Amino acid sequence: MTLNMGPQHPSTHGVLRLELQTDGEVVHSARPHIGYLHRCFEKHAENVDYPGVIPFTDRMDYVASMNNNLGYALAVEKLMGIQVNNRVRCIRIIMAELNRIASHLLAAGTYGIDMGSYTPFLHCFRDREKILDLFEETCGARLLYNYNWVGGLMYDIPPGFEKKVIDFLDYFEPLVDDLNRLLSYNYIFIKRTANVGILPPDVAINYGITGPNLRGSGVKFDVRKDEPYLGYEEFDFDVQVGVGEHGPVGSCYDRYIVRIKEVKESCKLVRQAVAKITPGDVQESIPKRVKPPAGEIYMRTECPRGELGYYIVSDGSLKPYRVKVKSPCFTAMSAFHEISRGAMISDVIAIVGSLDIVLGEIDR
Amino acid sequence: MKSEEIAAQLSEKFGDKVIESKLGVVTPWTVVDPGVILDVCRFVRDDQRFLMDHLELLGGVDFKDRIEVVYIPYSMKHGHRHTIKCRLPRENPRIQTVESVWAVANWHEREAYDMFGIVFEGHSDLRRILCPDDWEGYPLRKDYKFPTRYRDMPV
Repeated sequence: MTLNMGPQHPSTHGVLRLELQTDGEVVHSARPHIGYLHRCFEKHAENVDYPGVIPFTDRMDYVASMNNNLGYALAVEKLMGIQVNNRVRCIRIIMAELNRIASHLLAAGTYGIDMGSYTPFLHCFRDREKILDLFEETCGARLLYNYNWVGGLMYDIPPGFEKKVIDFLDYFEPLVDDLNRLLSYNYIFIKRTANVGILPPDVAINYGITGPNLRGSGVKFDVRKDEPYLGYEEFDFDVQVGVGEHGPVGSCYDRYIVRIKEVKESCKLVRQAVAKITPGDVQESIPKRVKPPAGEIYMRTECPRGELGYYIVSDGSLKPYRVKVKSPCFTAMSAFHEISRGAMISDVIAIVGSLDIVLGEIDR
Repeated sequence: MKSEEIAAQLSEKFGDKVIESKLGVVTPWTVVDPGVILDVCRFVRDDQRFLMDHLELLGGVDFKDRIEVVYIPYSMKHGHRHTIKCRLPRENPRIQTVESVWAVANWHEREAYDMFGIVFEGHSDLRRILCPDDWEGYPLRKDYKFPTRYRDMPV
């Protein structure tokens, strides 16, 4: 039987349509149909100047906008040879990691709903709100920030911001264990996810899967460690990988638990970045005109969903000639038929949720 | 391996099929003949010195007089990457698919077909991916005219 799941199905995390060929409860093949949110960001980017692209990057992965801004800003800076000062670097790391925590909280909370547990979602969103409050205080926006500019930041952090961040971490870090007790170590949750959607590491690499989904398959790879940017090499943190505590490595549970472990690593990173922050002017290296020399660049950063790559071709004018975005969710979704082959229909929900996709980024 | 060495190895292996290299820039690249792209991709994935098992990016660029297909493979083991490009004519651009080398190329090639009209020969499922199936034109070409209507609806 052919079964259409989506595009309005609540657990497809956006407007994703899955065309399932089923035999009873078993899925023989799954064909994802994407493009419902296609706005052709890449065409827009060719028609505005370099700083004007940044608000468009916000709207790709709208739950991790800081990270999206950051990747683009870093790519243009590298093309122009701009060096930023230590204060900018530290603030960028604080913002990127706080946004990573917020994004992983959303992923874990909605995954709980998918698996039939509502309470963890409320806990996650309560804490995510506090991070969004911090962002709102800094740049006025709660979701689409336009904060990382080429060469610097939109605003400096407000007075007392460092203390508020530390207060938040002191409040939040014990709550991760609460979440674990509520959801991660829940017997039903483990049974629903631990033997489902196995993604072997060689298949994951062949399908270009990155980020927590790749690490869930046991591959120790993180752009922040293996190709550091922003001075991540000076920070002390571990790359978390799936170890298969409750079943084979690379299951939905491993992908989920890697995110929870990464939240703790991000807390460590934020504390270190707050300690390293030095006085300075966050706008001192912003160029008057952003006009990179002719050439091209590929720059990738570790976003909450995997590595986000920007391929920018410049012809020496004020507008980019071509901006191509390599989206981590796009590649994760391209492996979906491989992961879901032979799964039960209800497990398709578990697999989509565990990949943590954002359709705004897949369709761009 | 440094990009200079990678470019030298490619020239040694493929001779005059390697058309041009640009090294010493932030993202070094090599242009190869479109006819050998499948062999080049197999070579950089399987050769023990390269082992580029992860395709980071595949996309098109419209340069008004030609269309370029850009491949950026990366080696998870050695940690090196090198950009490989192919130049195709704007009229009827055709190139062999590399989905047998990297499975992720399947969707990337569909996107390049959707946006630039590049036909990947031998592709298992070459359909539009982001635009509707009956969309006309290739949006990321530089001479693309924005339609005012789609199926009698104003756009």
